[in-house]
Amino acid sequence: MNLLEMIVMIALVALTTMATRFAPFIIFKSDKAPPKFLGYLGRALPPAVFGMLVVYCLKSVSLLAFPFGLPELIGVVVVVCLHLIFRKMLVSIIGGTGVYLVLVNLVLI
Amino acid sequence: MHIAAIKAAFPHTLPIMAGFLFLGASYGVLMASKGFSFLFPMMTSLFVFAGSMEFALANLLLGAFAPLEAVFMALVINARHIFYGISMLDKYRAMGIKKLYLIFALCDETFSVVYQVEPPEGVDRGLFSLYISILDHSYWVIGATLGGIFGSLIPLGIKGIDFAMTALFVVILLEQILAGVKNLPSVLIGLLTSLCALLIFGPSDFLIPAMAFMLLALTALRRPIDSLMRKKGRDVS
Repeated sequence: MNLLEMIVMIALVALTTMATRFAPFIIFKSDKAPPKFLGYLGRALPPAVFGMLVVYCLKSVSLLAFPFGLPELIGVVVVVCLHLIFRKMLVSIIGGTGVYLVLVNLVLI
Repeated sequence: MHIAAIKAAFPHTLPIMAGFLFLGASYGVLMASKGFSFLFPMMTSLFVFAGSMEFALANLLLGAFAPLEAVFMALVINARHIFYGISMLDKYRAMGIKKLYLIFALCDETFSVVYQVEPPEGVDRGLFSLYISILDHSYWVIGATLGGIFGSLIPLGIKGIDFAMTALFVVILLEQILAGVKNLPSVLIGLLTSLCALLIFGPSDFLIPAMAFMLLALTALRRPIDSLMRKKGRDVS
């Protein structure tokens, strides 16, 4: 590939990505009342999407090979516990990530 | 007004700063190791701003010129953004010219925060969302550019900092559950359909089937879920 072809490839990827982000806003213009089904999706989708994102983050964790997903499991449990106790986003994230870092870099290696 | 919005936005971007600087730098280092100038990771981060797609693009750029393949891959990897748009239609309705950038920069992490976090009293939602988006975007571009410039000189020996992103999504998922029974069916549908798709299709191809399963399940169960959400929704608000 020459430089021009590379730039075309990058531009196409950028445009396609933008299309996925802009599509709902373009299709459902704000001046018309949105279809009821869309309103329902707007309410019901987000909780489901966050479930999907958690699975997406952990998709490559292998339960069959060492360390059997243990660091991820423990990390997630720490995040959940910290959040249930303090309900402070930063505390939960930093605490859970800290424990995970120690596990993967020092303990379960 | 702007200062107050930045002050309110910044703390919410801290976990993303850690994750994006690290992941962005890894991406820049990867591009440098494949012989690309730092301008490539810098420009793709600036204009594409979709992490997993940028990693995939690194390999695409090393192959033959394949524009259709690039478009197809971007559609498959990034189709999930359509769901973010649908979820933000209401919150981003009256944003004026800012709306263009807000939509452009709506990556997974930014979506999670602008959807979940309410701006503090007296801070404009539009500006709050705008600065969260700008900050997240800058972290990614800065990380990728530094990675591209310094390449393997950057010590990325500590692995796993990107777990901060997983932790972010776990916290927000938990907040959805804590918000009441009304969200439970959706949360379960999201987790179960994604896990099923992952088991059937494997880690690299599961996103589109997961989205399809999710839409099917939410459509099939619309009546009970919608009445539950509306009923309980009133209690909360």
